[in-house]
Amino acid sequence: MHGGRLRSQHHHDGTRLVSAAWPGVELGWSRRVSVPSRAAVDPPGTVHNWHLLDNGQELEERGLTPEGTLLCVHGNPTWSYLWRSLVQAATETARPWRVVAVDQLDMGYSDRTDRFRRLEDRITDLGDLTDALQLAGPVITVGHDWGGVISLGWATRHRNQLAGVVLTNTAIHQPAHTPIPAPLKLALNPAVHAWGTKSSSAFLRVTHSLAHPPLPKDVEAAYMAPYKRARRREGIGNFVADIPAGPAHPSYPTLEAVAEGVRTLDVPALLLWGPKDPVFSDRYLRDLMDRLPRADVHRFEGAGHLVVEDRDVAGTVLRWLGQRNRNDDGDTAAPVGAPTPATEPLTDFTPLWAELDRRSAETSTAVVDMVHGDTRKLSWTELAGRVRNLAAGLAAAGVKPGDRVNLLVPPGSDLTALIYACLRLGAVIVVADAGLGAKGLSRAIKGAGPEFIVGIERGLTAARLFGWPGDRISVADLPPARRRLLGVSHTLSEITARGAASLRAGAAEPRVPAADDEAAILFTSGSTGPAKGVVYTHRQLSAMRDAVAGTYGLTAGAALVAGFAPFALLGPALGATAVTPDMDVTAPKTLTAKALAEAAAAVEATAVFASPSALRNVLDTAVELEAGNRNALANVNLLLSAGAPIGEALLDELTGLLPHASLHTPYGMTEALPITDIDLEGIRGARLDAGIAPAANGSVAGAGNGVCVGTAVEGAKICVSPLDGTGAATGDLTTEAGITGEILVRAPHVKSHYDRLWATEQISSQNPGWHRTGDVGHLDSNGRLWVEGRLGHIITTPQGVVTPVALEQSIEIADGVGRAAVVGVGPAGAQVLVAVVETVPKASEPAVANAALAAAVRHAVALEGAAASPGLAAVVVVPELPTDIRHNAKIDRARLAEWASKVLAGGRMTSP
Amino acid sequence: MRILVTGASGLLGRTVAAALIARSARLQRRDRIYTFQRGPSGVHGAEDRLGSLTDRDAVERAVAGVDAVIHLAAKVSFAGAPEKFDAVNIEGTRLLLDAAEKAGVADVVFISSPSVAHYGGAIMGDGAAPARPQLARGDYARSKGEAELLALAADRPGFRVTAIRPHVVWGPGDTQLVERVIARAKAGRLPLLDAGAALIDTTYIDNAADAIIAGLERMDHAHGKALVVTNGEPRPVGELLAGICAAGGAPLPQRRVPGWLARGAGAAIERFWAVRPGTDEPPMTRFLAEQLSTAHWFDQRQTREVLDWEPRIGVDEGLSRLAAYYGAAGTAPRIR
Repeated sequence: MHGGRLRSQHHHDGTRLVSAAWPGVELGWSRRVSVPSRAAVDPPGTVHNWHLLDNGQELEERGLTPEGTLLCVHGNPTWSYLWRSLVQAATETARPWRVVAVDQLDMGYSDRTDRFRRLEDRITDLGDLTDALQLAGPVITVGHDWGGVISLGWATRHRNQLAGVVLTNTAIHQPAHTPIPAPLKLALNPAVHAWGTKSSSAFLRVTHSLAHPPLPKDVEAAYMAPYKRARRREGIGNFVADIPAGPAHPSYPTLEAVAEGVRTLDVPALLLWGPKDPVFSDRYLRDLMDRLPRADVHRFEGAGHLVVEDRDVAGTVLRWLGQRNRNDDGDTAAPVGAPTPATEPLTDFTPLWAELDRRSAETSTAVVDMVHGDTRKLSWTELAGRVRNLAAGLAAAGVKPGDRVNLLVPPGSDLTALIYACLRLGAVIVVADAGLGAKGLSRAIKGAGPEFIVGIERGLTAARLFGWPGDRISVADLPPARRRLLGVSHTLSEITARGAASLRAGAAEPRVPAADDEAAILFTSGSTGPAKGVVYTHRQLSAMRDAVAGTYGLTAGAALVAGFAPFALLGPALGATAVTPDMDVTAPKTLTAKALAEAAAAVEATAVFASPSALRNVLDTAVELEAGNRNALANVNLLLSAGAPIGEALLDELTGLLPHASLHTPYGMTEALPITDIDLEGIRGARLDAGIAPAANGSVAGAGNGVCVGTAVEGAKICVSPLDGTGAATGDLTTEAGITGEILVRAPHVKSHYDRLWATEQISSQNPGWHRTGDVGHLDSNGRLWVEGRLGHIITTPQGVVTPVALEQSIEIADGVGRAAVVGVGPAGAQVLVAVVETVPKASEPAVANAALAAAVRHAVALEGAAASPGLAAVVVVPELPTDIRHNAKIDRARLAEWASKVLAGGRMTSP
Repeated sequence: MRILVTGASGLLGRTVAAALIARSARLQRRDRIYTFQRGPSGVHGAEDRLGSLTDRDAVERAVAGVDAVIHLAAKVSFAGAPEKFDAVNIEGTRLLLDAAEKAGVADVVFISSPSVAHYGGAIMGDGAAPARPQLARGDYARSKGEAELLALAADRPGFRVTAIRPHVVWGPGDTQLVERVIARAKAGRLPLLDAGAALIDTTYIDNAADAIIAGLERMDHAHGKALVVTNGEPRPVGELLAGICAAGGAPLPQRRVPGWLARGAGAAIERFWAVRPGTDEPPMTRFLAEQLSTAHWFDQRQTREVLDWEPRIGVDEGLSRLAAYYGAAGTAPRIR
């Protein structure tokens, strides 16, 4: 219907289509061009009428000179409409680009040629069009779906003009022996093909339904508009039929030529991907990354095939082009998109395994596992030998330097040996903990795309179930049937034996990786959106070891109980004996006092690493302790509580159990751990300085308003970027006391970059040399950092920006209140404050606080807040505040804010 | 300066007139304050010009020799024939604007209501949207919306008009909200709709009067605009009603009624009242049910900037004053 109307308008106008029925498209962009064809499929002298979206004329009318041209090629069954947001963004930006988005022949509003156009014809067609347009100057190709292949075909044949390639959810290569994706197989099935693609609009509708969130009705109608009748859908069917499912297909040679040609492209490349794509899955992204190893990559977690609709692809492309401009201007010497790690060069570098090598002749204990009352010890000699054999065995099993190895192994000596073997070999360990939940873990592993997965049976079962990529290696020996079912190709004992044999046979030890090679990918907790992969180099891991050693005086010969996984792996690196207590490390609450004491006794522990929830349970089960147990704990001189903030009260209680330990808690994140440290005395001193009763003096500038996390650890520097009225951290970096802003850190142990998250990395490293933490806080005049909350959790009221933590702390002191969260509801800049509180005893259901409680909470806030700060609009009681699954400690304020604005809009009370 | 306040027999009009007189004294000026309504205003120091807004002669007499008009007179009710609302709120306003312009009045502050831009959903931190009478809920909101459009359309150099929309004005002596709430609570007839969690922004009477006068003083900036005025302190409706009950010595509401039920019942009662129009107010209307079960709070940034005004009396202080008023006067309203 739309098509007919548009076409008739076209006859009136002659060159333009009216685009009123296409939301997001400016009238002036739609144009038609007559193009002589050189495609083999057409008789000589054929001329085709093409439809394009082209902002060239608009730029000219505005007197703007474009930087170059983005040549955008849609796939099947969309049309140039797909690129409207890019046309808009490229027109509006400070340094605009011309965008030529084509409707391929037989598609969109371009001519129906009544010929079966194959890949070779289509690449020729695109060249014919750019010739007809006399496209001059640099061109960056942009492609989606099968348009990606065609755009790359054009790219490989126009190298003089080519300035870059951008690809979104596409595939360039179908490995000879792997099946094509099931949905395509279905579409190609003769019984389905004609009906699905031509006779009905099924293929169109299915494609449109892949948008996350669903397309607005008018947008879907615009996508459908050129394909209203079966005859106009001929091209869709032919496109599907032209997919080279195997080497015998007529288009296979062209596809192969393009796929190989891509390897020789030497231009910047940007790969933007929606992973929830049933056809163009991550494996095609990895194939492209293999062909374009220097490409910048961003996976939009949660987005799908129509990633251009799902996420801000246009903005990301423009940012990337801006980066390219800066590089051209010589502002920075870095290649496009190369991460600027927030690290400082180190003069000397000692690899993580150095201490292990040094002690390889010692028979004293290196690692201990406490498993169900059983104590299993490995000496340094044994551990070093296992690591050597494993490294050699893994290499023999095909693990190459740079390969990613996902470790689905609980903390303990197996994990320790695997980690050091992989590092020594130059393989990149991928560590995502089960606390992410099955879905989160699955997303993380698919995103990282490991070449190998080493796992316990449960992990391998999940790998099989969710189709995680990577050859599977089992930690345990499995019965043959089970092994086949799980698709296990090796077991750890086989690999160890193989390694030992090859070393005995005189095989060389693996080459030592370089300091700046990638070493590890650690996943964030996912408490602030999908978990992100954080890449560390060997140099940065070593720096983390040195920061921990220097800050806590952990020298060789120390003995530590590793109840907190991330630091546990540092034991051998520190030259320290490490014991894993008998607990389920994925559930910190399962650490009992008895298990802790027995672990401590096994190694005569001097240090304990644990999370606050584990320590809570230790205190709660302390009655079980016998005199011997208590003696073992009395030897401990350092307690490190990590993973989540710990309260002064809990630390106070712990002094009874660990009478000789100094109690420390670091502040940091997966991207930089640790950043600061504070001990119990420091926490008490900070409270006094902040003027929080009792015995307050309030004399230190900037003390208060937040949680004091102490001073920077060895080698780390901290500053803040002040917030503007909308809560954006746009200010110049400062260390001035009392100035609130986003916390930035710079240290040798800060991450290298985020994995396959180019846009996220750009934001986090926009200040060269610094990592933006996403946390908000300020420094005081004693150089201590006070954390006020997450950047995403700040509240923008008409009176100014408010951070939640200090208000929460003051509310939690009020009578009858347990934990509290303060969130904002309402539009940015006009938000009001809402306190969501747990009560003591716990409430049975959520409700607006009664008058007495509301008054008490409001009073607490009034005492804390400065004169200008707004009061609370509402106090709501809930039985339990939602927290992240991993640490069971970080309150999910974003979710609470969303819930609060729903409940406070009126209507029924629900649970958050 | 000579200022006419229409509708000064109501709480807000009375307070505005009295505040203007106080201001004149404070600034050592000789402002003359006139009022216009059917009965005496009872405002000490004001000169009453009595008459009806539907009477052209009376209106012309009222605006004679006046520099500025603050127009509060309106039919405020949940019930009544649509024509009655039209006659007073729309035609009365048209008459007043016409007469005022002819009489050489320079500035008009039209007192409107946020309900002119409320179509039934929750309002959470929005600014002042344009009036849309065709979507308004009930005849009061519809007629006030029409009137506001008329008033703002009349704004031109030499005859400047602003529209001030105070939201839920309350305070000692308020019969619209406070006394109804207390009386119903004492009768055990005050239900809480849903969880009582809907955030409602209100305006303490003195703040509303200040803002209206600021509209006159800041006419350079305010003319041609509609501005919502509130305390900028939204509270859960349950907490607010409880606070009013406590101040008035009434028991706290205990019964909970689902909002959908109240809205449905309100609509039914409205229809019943329409065929049996009386002088009394229906116990529950759909409008009231919506007001009490959906959030209504506003972004006050533009209002405060344009009017260069801040509320002086916070909600808590207002409730204390309310309690003092009922405590001292011993005049807690009886059950009707």
